Amino acid sequence: MPSLRPVSAEEIESLAIGAWILGTGGGGSPYLALLNMRALYREGAVVSLMDPMDLADDDHVAVVSNMGAPLVGQERLTDPRTIARAVTMMEDYLGRQFRAIMSLEIGGGNAIQPFMAAALLDRPVVDADCMGRAFPEAQMTSFAIHDLPMFPLTLVDVRDNAIVVARAASWKWMERLSRTACVAVGSIAATCKAPRTGKEVKECAILYSTSKAIRIGRTVQAARRAHRDPIEALVEAEHGQMLFTGKIGDVARRATEGFLRGTAKVDGLGEFRGHRFELAFQNEFAVGWLDGVPRVTTPDLICVLDSVSGDAIGTETLRYGQRVSVIALPAPPVLLTPKGLEHVGPRAFGYDLEFTSVFA
Amino acid sequence: MRRIGIDVGGTNTDAVLLDGTTVVRAVKTPTTADVTTGITTALRELLTPTQPSHPGPAPPAAAAIMIGTTHFTNAVVQRRDLTRVAAIRIGLPASASLPPFVDWPEDLAALVRGEVFMVEGGHEYDGRPIVPLDERAVRDAARRLRAAGLTSAAVASVFSPLNAECEERAAAILREECPDVAVTLSHQLGRIGLLERENAALLNAALVDLARRTTRAFTEALRASGLTAPLYLTQNDGTVMLAATAEAFPVYGFASGPTNSMRGAAFLSGLADAIVIDVGGTTTDIGSLRHGFPREANSVVEVGGVRTLFRMPDLLSLGLGGGSLVHGDPPAVGPRSVGYRLVNEGRVFGGATLTATDVAVAAGLVDLGDRRRVADLPGDLVKAALARMHATIEEGVDRMKTDAREEPLIAVGGGCFLVPERLAGVSEVVHVPHQAVANAVGAAIAQVSGEVDQIFQNLSRDEALAQGRRIAEQRAVAAGATAASLSVVESEDLPLAYLPGNSLRVRVRVVGDL
Repeated sequence: MPSLRPVSAEEIESLAIGAWILGTGGGGSPYLALLNMRALYREGAVVSLMDPMDLADDDHVAVVSNMGAPLVGQERLTDPRTIARAVTMMEDYLGRQFRAIMSLEIGGGNAIQPFMAAALLDRPVVDADCMGRAFPEAQMTSFAIHDLPMFPLTLVDVRDNAIVVARAASWKWMERLSRTACVAVGSIAATCKAPRTGKEVKECAILYSTSKAIRIGRTVQAARRAHRDPIEALVEAEHGQMLFTGKIGDVARRATEGFLRGTAKVDGLGEFRGHRFELAFQNEFAVGWLDGVPRVTTPDLICVLDSVSGDAIGTETLRYGQRVSVIALPAPPVLLTPKGLEHVGPRAFGYDLEFTSVFA
Repeated sequence: MRRIGIDVGGTNTDAVLLDGTTVVRAVKTPTTADVTTGITTALRELLTPTQPSHPGPAPPAAAAIMIGTTHFTNAVVQRRDLTRVAAIRIGLPASASLPPFVDWPEDLAALVRGEVFMVEGGHEYDGRPIVPLDERAVRDAARRLRAAGLTSAAVASVFSPLNAECEERAAAILREECPDVAVTLSHQLGRIGLLERENAALLNAALVDLARRTTRAFTEALRASGLTAPLYLTQNDGTVMLAATAEAFPVYGFASGPTNSMRGAAFLSGLADAIVIDVGGTTTDIGSLRHGFPREANSVVEVGGVRTLFRMPDLLSLGLGGGSLVHGDPPAVGPRSVGYRLVNEGRVFGGATLTATDVAVAAGLVDLGDRRRVADLPGDLVKAALARMHATIEEGVDRMKTDAREEPLIAVGGGCFLVPERLAGVSEVVHVPHQAVANAVGAAIAQVSGEVDQIFQNLSRDEALAQGRRIAEQRAVAAGATAASLSVVESEDLPLAYLPGNSLRVRVRVVGDL
């Protein structure tokens, strides 16, 4: 019998904080998903977390995510029924039931999407994802790096639109097809990605990332309670690096092809006074320059945090005058392989830069 | 230049006459139930020369009158004088699982939530409708809210900051069906973020009645005092708005009390970095002063437990003040307060209600009223109540500190005698002259702002921002700012992909000295 651990309401709160930090600016704020979870827990729901090693090789696992621009999510909000519909639609299409549900990306609101579906469908959530953070595109996953098949995919919106992408010639094509559908329905949609077997999850997923997000959230909460600097506590506990502290000076954004792209400039404060840090983002922070010199690039996790509370700040909520700290957290090893870097290195985001980890 | 700053608190109405950087005169009078009498009294005391027979030229008249008030925040924090509102959310089928009031504290929602309507409509990020606005449902909502006797409504539509059509159309339907209902539209108050913008609109709608009554009382008081200078109301960011504009948007003045008090404390103490504690009659606000300005909350600010997206000082508000009720055994203090009735209901003033002030008088911390009236208070009770208050204050100061190092604490406000002289984490408790009227000083030194929120086409981003800035500066100058003193406090742009010609929505806010 697989060991299922009930996740408490408090752990869901920690998960929201930790997932937002792992979102590296994207993935959408988990707040709305958290509100939905609070409502579901008030109604008596309790979701269980499943150790991925307890999956049978031939179990079927649903991989879910809310896809689109975070900015749109802030207006359209999020509804558990939508993500649950994406899962049941895939079950109808395949003609078989999923053993459990997992997250595509542990960063941002998508960490909680499987919990919303799980609460409505009474299935466990697998303690894993396939990014270990958040990324903007479908081929930027450990499953893609392992060359697993990328279809089928179901996509539903809040109206009564639903799409099955039955086949796709490549991950890029899957990204193109699903992204086009997503933009057509308003740049936000619930998706159930290519189903995975238990074996695939055990071999190719990024394991225990759900518990990692909960742990990060707990670290920040504990530091706040103890009046310790939550950012320092986080950097220490997760072996991260402090890159810059300052005040947001300018933010430029543009919404293109369903992404939120742009740049933000941070003027240094304290020991960084007189220096400037520049961030480029495509939903998530992709590159950071210190005084014009590349300092950090994806796939290292670039996290911009409120200097006081340690809360993550998303690319869509960056504002002039905010006091922020920029830190780096280590990326999952699979993303650092040559194959991994092809998928998620700086060149995958259009920056002609060699990847050098700040942790190297 | 001479300016009059007035702070209308829940308990006291303070007024100062400022000439340049000198406090010429300061008075403190009780706030009255009608508001007007308190202000008239304060102005009379302020403007009557100390030596009526003193020869010499009459002082120049004040060029501007600035009023700041904590009325609206107090109403939310204390859950009183709030109007029950109808919430109209336009956005179905999106957003259904998180209805209006979803993240409000239950006690406040119970007071404010009248009817909740969710109807189909709203826009996509690119300006297309999600689904057409269900006008029949809006009309039906209008009839039902009228039948329910509601007088104020808040309308929030998905993506209204980019396209306000649905909200405007709903407002038109409301005007047809129930012309007497005050309507707050979310796009006038906030930006992207449906729940936070809707929350701001709901709070505003709950306060418009009170704001209208209060602003009229202010105007009446000035007229009765024979003052003709323009009346400004102070805003959250330390700037002022003409009263006629301000009365429709009470939420803009939400944090003006504490902002004024902190700016006043910085002005009076000469300290630029410190923790400031302002103990009023009803509430205590604790904030952090950095470079002479309140440290701002980064993004989401809670007002009375409700999430909003206003730019506000990062403040901790406690339900503790000079008028707080002391009750129970062991004694609890606040959050209920006798407020402005302290001078009638407090024990030392001859009343029957035991307040924090009475305890402080009994303990010899301050000399107010008749201390013989509290001579019978058991020593244990006084000690326990004081210990309770000190613990509350100490914990609050600790929560607002972001640094383990000791910092100075500037204690201001009419109830600052409740602040102990020694606190953990505090290097010294600083008292300043005119501390009791720091917020009136902060109001008097408030600056004016000019704002633009406009769509520019066929311009580069830099050109659009520069043009926005020029317009905002012109508006600030038109509102009375000196051109040399202008600086940009907010500059934001949002691309609008759906309009032809590379459209950019630009919002710029500049401030300057009057």
